[in-house]
Amino acid sequence: MTKWAMIVDLDKCVACQGCSIACRHENNTPAISPEEAAMGRAIRWNDVFPNPVNGTEEAGAYPHVRTRYLPRPCMHCENPPCVKVCPVQGTFQDENGTVRQNYARCIGCRFCTVACPYGARYFNWHDPYWSPEMARCLNPDRVVGRDDLEGPAVRLRGVVEKCTFCIQRLYAAQDRAAAEGRDFRPDEYVPACVQTCTAKARYFGDLDDPDSTVAMLSQNPRAFRLLEDVGTRPKVIYLREG
Amino acid sequence: MLKVDEKDKAKLLEPLFTASPRFWGFILLLLAVMGWGAFMYGRQVLFGLGETGMQRPVFWGVYMVNFVFFIGISHAGTLISAILRVTGAEWRRSITRVAEAITAVALIVGSLQIVIDMGRPERFFYVFRYGRLQSPLLWDAISVTAYLLGSLTYLYLPLIPDAALLRDHFPENGRRWQKRLYTLLAIGWRGNRQQWLRLEKAIAVMAVLIIPIAVSVHTIISWILATTVQPGWHSTIFGPYFVVGAIFSGIGALFVAMTVVRRVMGLEDYITGRQYRNLGLLFIVMNAVWMYFTYAEYLTLAAGQEANEFPVLASKLWGEFAPGFWTMVALMVMAFWIMVAPLLLPARAVKKGLFHPLASWGTAVIALLSALSLAGRLPMFASLPVVIGALALSLFLAGMGVAAWFKTRPVGATALAAIFVLVGMWLERWNIIAPTMTHPYLVDYATYQPTMTEYAITAASFALFIFLFTVFLKLFPAVSVWEVMEGRVIEAERAKVHIPLPEPSRARRSLRGAGD
Repeated sequence: MTKWAMIVDLDKCVACQGCSIACRHENNTPAISPEEAAMGRAIRWNDVFPNPVNGTEEAGAYPHVRTRYLPRPCMHCENPPCVKVCPVQGTFQDENGTVRQNYARCIGCRFCTVACPYGARYFNWHDPYWSPEMARCLNPDRVVGRDDLEGPAVRLRGVVEKCTFCIQRLYAAQDRAAAEGRDFRPDEYVPACVQTCTAKARYFGDLDDPDSTVAMLSQNPRAFRLLEDVGTRPKVIYLREG
Repeated sequence: MLKVDEKDKAKLLEPLFTASPRFWGFILLLLAVMGWGAFMYGRQVLFGLGETGMQRPVFWGVYMVNFVFFIGISHAGTLISAILRVTGAEWRRSITRVAEAITAVALIVGSLQIVIDMGRPERFFYVFRYGRLQSPLLWDAISVTAYLLGSLTYLYLPLIPDAALLRDHFPENGRRWQKRLYTLLAIGWRGNRQQWLRLEKAIAVMAVLIIPIAVSVHTIISWILATTVQPGWHSTIFGPYFVVGAIFSGIGALFVAMTVVRRVMGLEDYITGRQYRNLGLLFIVMNAVWMYFTYAEYLTLAAGQEANEFPVLASKLWGEFAPGFWTMVALMVMAFWIMVAPLLLPARAVKKGLFHPLASWGTAVIALLSALSLAGRLPMFASLPVVIGALALSLFLAGMGVAAWFKTRPVGATALAAIFVLVGMWLERWNIIAPTMTHPYLVDYATYQPTMTEYAITAASFALFIFLFTVFLKLFPAVSVWEVMEGRVIEAERAKVHIPLPEPSRARRSLRGAGD
């Protein structure tokens, strides 16, 4: 069984936010007005923000001040608090351990957004809006099934959405392999943020394969996970900044 | 034809067949507020929940507070009336109907809050179609549904004999649909022995069943918060803390409702000082237990100073939520004083100077002086211990000055305390939900300002509560007629038998004798 995981090397990350932009275009997250964004309603599946967020730890005294940045996709926890609380299975963990979101099922109770300690889940407070030029450039991909709508399919108001490790890219890669009549290899699939990363700070792969890059890097002494003490066991692993 | 006392008929049955212009005016006012709320809700459905002040990370706001508050109030009733029935408290008879009506109405309004809070209300039935039993929200759906059905049954059962009474004593010129309604609800009640036995048995079973359901309802509501790992919510005492708060606010709602009903319908002979005294004692106990839980909850947070939890507590104690938090504490302390002071005060103390309303003048002067000292206008008194001492003295004098006033007006005082408690308990829910939402782990600390949509829908929810309650009391007697009649017979029989009680000293002597 594959277990998709991501490594983010904070030593290499330059906080350029390229991952956020790539994610935005791959996954059709809507643009919103500055006023709405100031209220905290911007949707950024892959956010980059200063860490510590609220200055609960010392960031250093002048002149030894140092700002550290943290790129944050969904952690795809092995013990996801959001999946546990969802009343309708609108969010679920698939067989590869990826935490996914079904927009056709979500009732918009926002229990998952409240339960997620990482703030990785976003709610559609209004219907999404794109300027006509941008609307022409939307990603046409979608993951559909019976009672199922996932991936970059445009979300309407009132549902929750989140990073899915670009699930549509996994299906596309698997379909390609099937069409070419060969087995699917785990290195054929990466999310958009990993593909675009300017500093090559992100690695993606199968954590269950001991020979994969992510499995080897996860053993690195610099490896840590966000909020380890809340017991969510994220599959996004960071390498500490030196 | 069932028999009914002439006085009961005049006081309890006949008002149901007439309606004054004032009644219709009141109903119109409520409908106007509800219409405003419905309009704002329509906008919210059309444009999305962005019409509210909620955002990220404040994903839950006033609607959730209202939900917890209304479901809390619903404990008024059924739980209290069920406990009193099970323990055979005779004085319950005249207030059970009001209590049970509050429960049913509060549950309807409370459950509605969840639908209002949903981003996709049209998918509400997914909760039943695709329900995951592992989700605390589904536990809640199940327990609230069970409680609502149980409460409606429990409201209906004691209503059967009263509906039969109304059917039999229906005036000639009454509305026909109303008569049909009573006939339907009376389900052929004749009042024969077998029917009474069955009814008593059914009520007894329901009264026992409803208690664990009621406890489960508010425990599970607390678990919605406590099963997450968010700072300030992940607490083991939330279950009992919420149940205590629910019963506490429930008694408050019951006091307010029975005072209004007593005044408006002139039921002073039914709802008497006895009900206020006995339920008041329970009110004091719940206040103390609630205080204890609150203190226990916050002390552990304060002593631990955990990096993510302490900012939540700090925001309540001296941060942006401090006004609401300390208003809540002050209201609860005042409610406690209003209920306890008259009990501590000897009857003849009312005539003493300290308890004269003039004492409040002294209070005003001292409070003014300490305010001026704080502002720096009176530097000679400006040291902090003096100001604190002066404030304490003015509080003491104020307490003394009003204690006698409360002692002479038990009903008004209790109603005032109950209103304080209701406001305080709404603030308590606010103080639990909002500060944690604005202080998450990995998102910038936020502020939350509700918008007109939320205010309008909250106002409409309270209006709907009052509306349903009023309509219910316009259709059915506010006091369970048969229960009161039964109580009178029991009292009369008891009065015939006089058993002299032994003096406590003699009782002790006989106990010692038995031990020899």
